Amino acid sequence: MLQYLLRRFVYAIPIALGVSVVCFALVHISPGDPLASVLPPDASLEMQQIMRQVYGFDRPLPVQFGFWLWRALAGDLGVSIATGRPVAGEVWHAFGNTFMLAALAAAFGFSAGALLGLVAGYWRGGWIDRLASTLSIAGISVPHYWLGMVLAIVFSVQLNWLPATGAGPGGSADWTWDWAHVRFLVLPALTMSVIPLGIVARSVRALVGDILSQEFVDALRAKGLPESGIFLHILKNAAPTSLAVMGLQLGYLLGGSILIETVFAWPGTGFLLGNAILQRDLPLLQGTILVLAMFFVVLNLLVDVAQTWLDPRIKRA
Amino acid sequence: MSELAGPARGYWSNVLRRLMRDRVALACILVLAVILLAAIFAPLVAPGDPFRASMLRRLRPIGTPGNLLGTDELGRDMLTRLIYGGRLSLFTGIVPVINAFAIGTFLGVFAGYSGGRANMAIMRTIDVFYAFPSVLLAIAISGALGAGIFNSIVSLTVVFVPPIARVAESVTTQVRSLDFVDAARASGAGALTIIRVHILGNVLGPVFVYATGLVSVSMILASGLSFLGLGTKPPEAEWGLMLNTLRTAIYAQPLVAALPGAMIFAVSICFNLFSDGLRQAMDVKL
Amino acid sequence: MSVPAPDADLGGPAQPLLAVRGLFRHFPIRGGLFNRTTATVQAVDGIDFDVVKGETLGIVGESGCGKSTTARLLVRLLDPDRGELVYDGLPVGTQDGLSLREMRRHVQMVFQDSFASLNPRLTVADSIAFGPRVHGVPAAEATARARDLLARVGLAPDAFGRRYPHELSGGQRQRVNIARALALRPRLVILDEAVSALDKSVEAQVLNLLQDLKAEFGLTYVFISHDLNVVRYISDRVLVMYLGRIVEIGPVDAIYGAPRHPYTRALLSAMPSMDPDRRTLEAPIAGDPPNPINPPPGCRFHTRCPFAADVCRTRMPELVAAPVAHGHLAACHMADPASGHPQAETAA
Repeated sequence: MLQYLLRRFVYAIPIALGVSVVCFALVHISPGDPLASVLPPDASLEMQQIMRQVYGFDRPLPVQFGFWLWRALAGDLGVSIATGRPVAGEVWHAFGNTFMLAALAAAFGFSAGALLGLVAGYWRGGWIDRLASTLSIAGISVPHYWLGMVLAIVFSVQLNWLPATGAGPGGSADWTWDWAHVRFLVLPALTMSVIPLGIVARSVRALVGDILSQEFVDALRAKGLPESGIFLHILKNAAPTSLAVMGLQLGYLLGGSILIETVFAWPGTGFLLGNAILQRDLPLLQGTILVLAMFFVVLNLLVDVAQTWLDPRIKRA
Repeated sequence: MSELAGPARGYWSNVLRRLMRDRVALACILVLAVILLAAIFAPLVAPGDPFRASMLRRLRPIGTPGNLLGTDELGRDMLTRLIYGGRLSLFTGIVPVINAFAIGTFLGVFAGYSGGRANMAIMRTIDVFYAFPSVLLAIAISGALGAGIFNSIVSLTVVFVPPIARVAESVTTQVRSLDFVDAARASGAGALTIIRVHILGNVLGPVFVYATGLVSVSMILASGLSFLGLGTKPPEAEWGLMLNTLRTAIYAQPLVAALPGAMIFAVSICFNLFSDGLRQAMDVKL
Repeated sequence: MSVPAPDADLGGPAQPLLAVRGLFRHFPIRGGLFNRTTATVQAVDGIDFDVVKGETLGIVGESGCGKSTTARLLVRLLDPDRGELVYDGLPVGTQDGLSLREMRRHVQMVFQDSFASLNPRLTVADSIAFGPRVHGVPAAEATARARDLLARVGLAPDAFGRRYPHELSGGQRQRVNIARALALRPRLVILDEAVSALDKSVEAQVLNLLQDLKAEFGLTYVFISHDLNVVRYISDRVLVMYLGRIVEIGPVDAIYGAPRHPYTRALLSAMPSMDPDRRTLEAPIAGDPPNPINPPPGCRFHTRCPFAADVCRTRMPELVAAPVAHGHLAACHMADPASGHPQAETAA
């Protein structure tokens, strides 16, 4: 068990390294001089010289990568072209906002999805099952940026219940957990929760169905265990895999929030990425993607560890 | 003994027969066919010119005479633009999956059949790309390459190669361990012959089913890139881009503004349901 | 340069069709932090035997004894770690011997799982014709050969040729597999548990078919099975394996009538007999076979052998010929007068 965890950890290192290579390459696959992409267009010749030195653009690529990785490990992700501020600080601030949004969306999507999946799997073929199937297929098919617009049209434009854009009356700087601020979170979080809701419902339904068709359930029934007890057994058996699905979905929420944040002008990492794309601010793009991807790698590792810990059958020596 | 059983039936004719009995899948095929044909023959089908703007006829509601589905923020006919928009949306949504199907199957079958170090090298590289959430990877590559249809197709191809290669690799590994491959090896056949005759016939089906399911994601992502200003550029008609430019119109004409997204939704859900039906008809377990 | 395979017989009836010399095959087990090799399964651990022209050589043993690995080594689906195969006097896979491709025209195999050994996407006629096509036979001729073989294995070509494997019964599929193995006109056929998965009545039909085909095409069989009754019925000689090694080999009557190795005796005593007079009173083997990952030192059977002595725990016994019966060899210290085993046979 310990050895498996250790091996899983060792295995994550080359993945993380590969991810950083891909992020490093982003600046180099973009057309034009890489120097031009990290400098504002009006930079002086002297400035250009300094930056060429700092980034080592005159050295071979592997050396450049080494420099870049070393600085990234030290927390230096470069300087945003558009704002002139360090990328790391911008990303850190935005990441908090995205995490808040993703966590709320996850809380809603996971609990609703798990409940729907449990009920649908337990009463297979019933109307709740059909509803769950329809909802989950709609959830994974809907362009969520469009869903966001539709929700904004209904709840902001038509009903005028909730704000359509922004992160609070005074922007995100003075965020507090009161209704005046939280109401800004409701629509983006609701929109975001639709995909994990569908996927979680679908996998929990399949899991419960599988468990119910196993012989040990018949044995429990034959033993005279009441249905509530059987339900507990189902929960216990479905939990590890369900949690793994949810963990990955949380990662997708964090990484995939860009379109929804753009629709609702929510000042998270997605919004940051949108700006970076609009202004061709490559250091900002690279830094944001690196942080999000690394977070996803770590999350994957944690999910694996949690699953191993929860599921006694996994004793991969 | 069933020596006198009925005439032999090919596998694919069986699949087709089962698919034709699936009413949901059939309806989806019909909807997709109508949208696809309308897009291909847009100049014949569409009532107007997708680029003719009119400052006087901006943001007309649905049901306006002459503009059945209203007009957009520049006064262009919505129905016409939705029909023309299908061309780019379907093209940028489907082509990456076709590319990825070709590349991913090649990589996966090669890795799965050779095993050993070649497998390690290919699959570990693919794991790296798998470590990115798909939306993030698409935006990262598109963002770095810059806007444009070609760049959007390239980035989406990169996004879909890893999952397809993974499926192709795992199916190939399964098939390769079956005795009929050993029997073929024992009859002296070379690797290429075995792959052509015995592996591909058993691998392409499941991978194809999986790929049809990805078209839905690809449509959403391709339109999403345009929505962010990374795919198609104005004034082209493309559903994602139309959705973006109509965003300001949600107060004036909410229903018109929501139309392009409804098209993406319809195509995406049809592809998903069709893929499910195909999976059942082919009895593929993934 | 490798020589082309001779279609005709080379060395005369006295030369073994296939000579197996010192064959080893170990499988590494990987694990640990960096996927190092942590142990090896000694699946086949040094075996020597001849397959005589025209005979049926039965190979028996419990599951996990290396029977199937041996089968795969004989058709070179697996490469041996050490040892060689000599086909009718020609070394296989060496510079001046027979190329693998040529050898495969002459040595074919029938697998246990009749379903997994047929490509589900090909008609049975195409499956049979595949081998000849690979070796350059024109399509029309290969199809004609497939139809002819279908008829010979008892399946009407018009009714079955265009069917797919899932449309056939298990017995029919195994007939197709036999036809496929014969399509290259081999001289040696390895039958790896070829009838084990069939119903008893179908099994008998297929066994009779195999006997007929053997006579018709002048074939030589290596018949691998865990079923002692079937092996006795079909074999001329029998080879008994235990944990990757040969423990006894000899004519079928000698093995079944006068087994010399305690393992063979135990196997036979575990075999149900309808005749009360032939039921032995010898104790059946106790326990499971030891793990082939860590086989015991000395004689591999000593952990379960009622006659184990000190010498059995330290020295590995060699195959020793019986003093009277010609060609009957056993790897037991008791069969070797010079072994020092207290119950060793005295020299005749």
